[in-house]
Amino acid sequence: MATKEYSFYPGCSSQKGASGSNYQVSVDAMCDVLDIKLNDIPDWNCCSASIGYAGGGELPRMALSARNLALSEQANPEQDVVATCAACWLATRETKERLLHSDSLMKETNEALAAAGLNVEAKQEVRHMVEVLIEDFGYDGLAEHVKKPLEGIKIAGYVGCQTNRPFGIAGESFENPKYLDKLVETMGAEPIDNYDRKVSCCGGALAFSEPEKSQALIKDIIESAYDGGAEMIVTPCPVCQMNVEVYQDQINAKYKTKFNMPVVYYSQLMSVAYGKGVQDSGLNGQVIRAKKLEDIASK
Amino acid sequence: MSNLNQSMVEKYRNDFLNEVRANVEEGDWVNMCMQCGVCAGSCPLGPYWEHPPQEIFMMIRAGKREEVLTSTSMWMCTSCYNCIARCPRELPITHIMHGLAHYADRLGLAPKNQPTRKFANKFWDNLTKKGRVNELKLGLALYFMNGFIEGIKVAMANQKLGLNMIKTKRMSPMEIFGGHGVKDTSGLHAILKKAREIELAKAEEFKVQE
Repeated sequence: MATKEYSFYPGCSSQKGASGSNYQVSVDAMCDVLDIKLNDIPDWNCCSASIGYAGGGELPRMALSARNLALSEQANPEQDVVATCAACWLATRETKERLLHSDSLMKETNEALAAAGLNVEAKQEVRHMVEVLIEDFGYDGLAEHVKKPLEGIKIAGYVGCQTNRPFGIAGESFENPKYLDKLVETMGAEPIDNYDRKVSCCGGALAFSEPEKSQALIKDIIESAYDGGAEMIVTPCPVCQMNVEVYQDQINAKYKTKFNMPVVYYSQLMSVAYGKGVQDSGLNGQVIRAKKLEDIASK
Repeated sequence: MSNLNQSMVEKYRNDFLNEVRANVEEGDWVNMCMQCGVCAGSCPLGPYWEHPPQEIFMMIRAGKREEVLTSTSMWMCTSCYNCIARCPRELPITHIMHGLAHYADRLGLAPKNQPTRKFANKFWDNLTKKGRVNELKLGLALYFMNGFIEGIKVAMANQKLGLNMIKTKRMSPMEIFGGHGVKDTSGLHAILKKAREIELAKAEEFKVQE
């Protein structure tokens, strides 16, 4: 099969020394096996995620994503735009759809972009990496590359919010999307049934500003994974990953729980199942080490 | 009262609904709410809203300008989009809440010490400075947003977390010296300035429909 190429929007958290840098490491490993070439959008900027609204109005925020789309159209015009971060994907896809929906918004946005000599058409598809995996490769296609099935690991597929709402993955329901469970199964692991908090919110950016309220949400997400018999949680979103993993100490201190639940990305499961090592799978980036995955990766 | 707030009060008198339609993102949708309350029941922070979204919508229609714009309510939105997914009238509730929060902040009416108001502003300032988020500086700004003494306390409480992030190479102390950013910062700043100008001019031109 020929190399598949995409116009890649890596996003702030993917950068070296940033909170989702291990996600990027595992995405690179996964893409290597699948023969995917990710062509970075040159000089991409932050999308302002979902918390930029206090300082940024509607049009300035839209202009941020429009600048990325404009740069992508220049550099990689024939390729779909792909993001790995849920917020990057959501902001970019929303901008694309709103620009195409409203002539006046398109006109105003292009007036703003013209200040830097840019122009946007918003014609490229904007997709999340999991859409690429499911739609361009398919579960069977993804299964073909499995060298080390993740046998005997029970995993809670925590889908969270922004890859699920408001757009979601085609063919999936908002209340009980199955794609993450199917990916887990495809890699030879065992998805848990009845994961109550599969699409519950972790607090997002409010984990920083409202730690107590958010940690109460996070506690339920972890507890529900334990209740379902899970040994680790998998997620497609860097904010979900960080929020659910790194506050477990603080939650344990407050709620007298004994949580020690690894939280990994789908791309890490895939890298390990595809035969990549601990480092290439970004497993050394876990605050709570995913011992069972490390064991398989170093076999 | 801020000058901008004063001029908006004079311009719209008691017509808060039209003020929202002109100045708030997706404000045109406010009239579509049928008061079912599914949004309130779907919100992860539902119990913490002073006035849940459907109440905010009715208050806008009832002209309760001050009560709406000074409320902490909109700042409870986590951007989970559950309300949008479930609203039977398909109102873009998340966007309207973001829009109301932004407008209240711009008028100087948003509660000064609301933590998400502070953090969201710091986030915007952080990302627009160099075009990409500097997570280290953002974290430090967050710790110290309630003053130096409070900041030291928060930093101490989160010391282990910070060390964990550095140890796993998911945070870099080197970010304090500049860090990641776009190359064309002047272009980016020019775009943002122009976008803001267009947005304000458009709100200015808004004609109240009788």
